[in-house]
Amino acid sequence: MRKEYVMGNGAIALGALAAGVNVVSGYPGTPSSEIIETVSRYAGEGVHVEWSVNEKAALEVAAGAAYSGARTLVTMKQVGLNVASDPLMSLAYVGVEGGMVIVAADDPGPISSQTEQDTRMFAEFARIPVFDPSSPEEAYEMIQDAYACSEKYHTPVLFRPTTRVCHAYASIEVEENAAPKRYEGFHRDTGRWVIFPRLSYQNHAMIEKRNPQIGEDFSDYGKNTLTGTGKRAVITSGVSYAYVREYLKDYPEVRLIRIATPYPFPERFVLRGLEGVEEALCVEELSPYLESAVLKLIGAKGLFVKVYGRLTGHIAPSGENSTEASAKALSHFLGTPEREKSSPPPDMPRLPVRPPVLCAGCPHRASFYAVKKAMEGRKAYFCGDIGCYTLGNAAPLDMVDTCLCMGAGITMAQGLHWTDPEGVCFAFVGDSTFFASGMTGVVNAVYNNADMILCVLDNSTTAMTGHQPHPGTGRNLMGSIVERVDIGKILEGMGVKKILRVNPLDHPAAVAAVKECAGSSGVKAIIFRSPCIAAAKHGKGMAVGENCIQCKKCIRETGCPALVIKDKKVEIDAGLCTGCGLCSQICPVSAIGGGEDE
Amino acid sequence: MNKDILVCGVGGQGTVLASKLIASAAMNCGNTVHSAETIGMAQRGGSVTSHIRIGKEAYAPLIPKGNADIVLAFEPAEAVRNLAYLKKGGIVIANCVPVKPVTESLQDTGYDGRQMTEYLKEKVDCLIIDAEEICRPFHSSRYFNAVILGAAAGSGRLGLAAEALLDAIGAGVREEYVTTNKQAFMAGLEAGKKYAAE
Repeated sequence: MRKEYVMGNGAIALGALAAGVNVVSGYPGTPSSEIIETVSRYAGEGVHVEWSVNEKAALEVAAGAAYSGARTLVTMKQVGLNVASDPLMSLAYVGVEGGMVIVAADDPGPISSQTEQDTRMFAEFARIPVFDPSSPEEAYEMIQDAYACSEKYHTPVLFRPTTRVCHAYASIEVEENAAPKRYEGFHRDTGRWVIFPRLSYQNHAMIEKRNPQIGEDFSDYGKNTLTGTGKRAVITSGVSYAYVREYLKDYPEVRLIRIATPYPFPERFVLRGLEGVEEALCVEELSPYLESAVLKLIGAKGLFVKVYGRLTGHIAPSGENSTEASAKALSHFLGTPEREKSSPPPDMPRLPVRPPVLCAGCPHRASFYAVKKAMEGRKAYFCGDIGCYTLGNAAPLDMVDTCLCMGAGITMAQGLHWTDPEGVCFAFVGDSTFFASGMTGVVNAVYNNADMILCVLDNSTTAMTGHQPHPGTGRNLMGSIVERVDIGKILEGMGVKKILRVNPLDHPAAVAAVKECAGSSGVKAIIFRSPCIAAAKHGKGMAVGENCIQCKKCIRETGCPALVIKDKKVEIDAGLCTGCGLCSQICPVSAIGGGEDE
Repeated sequence: MNKDILVCGVGGQGTVLASKLIASAAMNCGNTVHSAETIGMAQRGGSVTSHIRIGKEAYAPLIPKGNADIVLAFEPAEAVRNLAYLKKGGIVIANCVPVKPVTESLQDTGYDGRQMTEYLKEKVDCLIIDAEEICRPFHSSRYFNAVILGAAAGSGRLGLAAEALLDAIGAGVREEYVTTNKQAFMAGLEAGKKYAAE
């Protein structure tokens, strides 16, 4: 055993390795991305780890391996589970041979996601078990229990940490001698592995019979805990358990029911916890899952317990929970004194707001700016997508009219075209998102004769989530150098007739490319290719010369964070400037020099 | 030891590394440590915080408001933004060098951080340092975090010996930057000690 100070995501990865995982796949997404990265760093011989092209692909890769008896881990963020839900729903019926744990990280807040969906609800919907860790230490142990559960019942198992667990750090004792599991390999059995309505019918019946049995197992599970006494009970799970404990430090006698396995609901355990209880408060985030399950249970058993929580307004119905909010709800429920409120001293000065922005020198800024300039005076629609470039919506660029989900911009641009053939319809998509779910949309456009301009913002990485490699980067997680999948050739193969490649930092050329595309009909594509500044070598920084007339056009047009005003004068922050040179191409008096050309 | 330390600043300033160094120094001194980072959209030029919780009775990953013994701020406005975390009798250790967000440059509000440091001096126990000035001999703002860490250690409020932090720097910083980081730390340490003496 050795001690490691790791992030929750690292603990999940090390726990899976301790369980002898053989095949690991996933798609990046905050707050889940570091799991695969940690596996890739620590895995020894005999473990295959990959960034799959999207979550559906990741789950299917793992399913094939799990049919062969291998232990598999699939990771994604909660909205990734929507993408993977097609294979998941069917796999829940078919089942697995080797243990399969699917980590879907929820994001209460949401802090960096589109939705506040609750993976516990997804588990109930798919009729498969779910584990809900409350800390990194627990996550390390619980994921090993999840593998045992998966193999005992031959079912995929969900594992649902939330952002605060994923991004918390703790010291854990790591098993050092774990070896990948030995497995037999795939046994042909069409009655087991080929899903047909008859098999689905049989297995659905089996699942409904099995799940109460899993609930029985969970009623004896050591991480479902019961402490304290009294007529009032607090029921909680996940990171909310940590918030509740923070308050109950001073009230250890309070009855606390902690549920680590929300589905199948551990009924016998909860009934034991509710013995003699008159009132219960459910402290949880996202959906009122525990509250609904408890209400169902007491209704079915004819118990008289008043249940409070999100449904009754005692816990906020949306947004992230916190120690402070939990403490307030608990003091109200228990009749204990409210914690002394901390409030900042009065008369706070106005604070500068810091919305997230594209980095200084980001090539996306130049791409958006080129399209903006080329379309001046023309009616146009700008469909955005998921990635750093969603930040192109911010002033002064203001170049993102829509953003829905991965890949949606490409298809939405077509819908806009069918409602307004006069407008020029643009779709901006990053390279990783293009591979993940952009390609089918392009085929749709070509096939249905849409009129649109696809702008691929190719920065050769998955920047938003921490620079993961993808099929266009020429390397994979197993350390292999692989052939780069060429986006231009893909588009060509799909039947896109006009495909232009341009460096966005060459502003006149970029504007010309956009104008050329806007002047012709059909599906056109521009590949704006320039590496992410976090991955590329920087040129010499720019500098503002004496002849600057302080018109501030560079700041007003680009909003680059390296352009600052100091003592009423435009200056360039040398620590931030990458020498991209966009500002020098905008300056009306050519006062900005430097950059790579000098 | 029981101590809650909030490290705050602007994405890209090196707060994450600083918090890792504090955590590892505290662990090497035999403490139980938990910490948490804000990662994601917020990191791109946004406000960022790292929460370090030293001691066995820390359950929540984030420091509860009003509980931080120290607010260690890499930027003056971020110190003010996070004051609600500071407990009564706690200390703010803040760098006075401002980071101007793009929104401020667009509107030219003249934000220069001075109003923030004045406010801090008036309202709370604080140690304001000028990391730019202290970093001058090292020719890079890259060493801000070592300077601020040094000042915190020098103030005596961190509860960690300078040696423990220097060891953490030696183990946790890329090799080619270790020497300069240690020098920057020592320069910060002097500033902190001066404050403690006053």
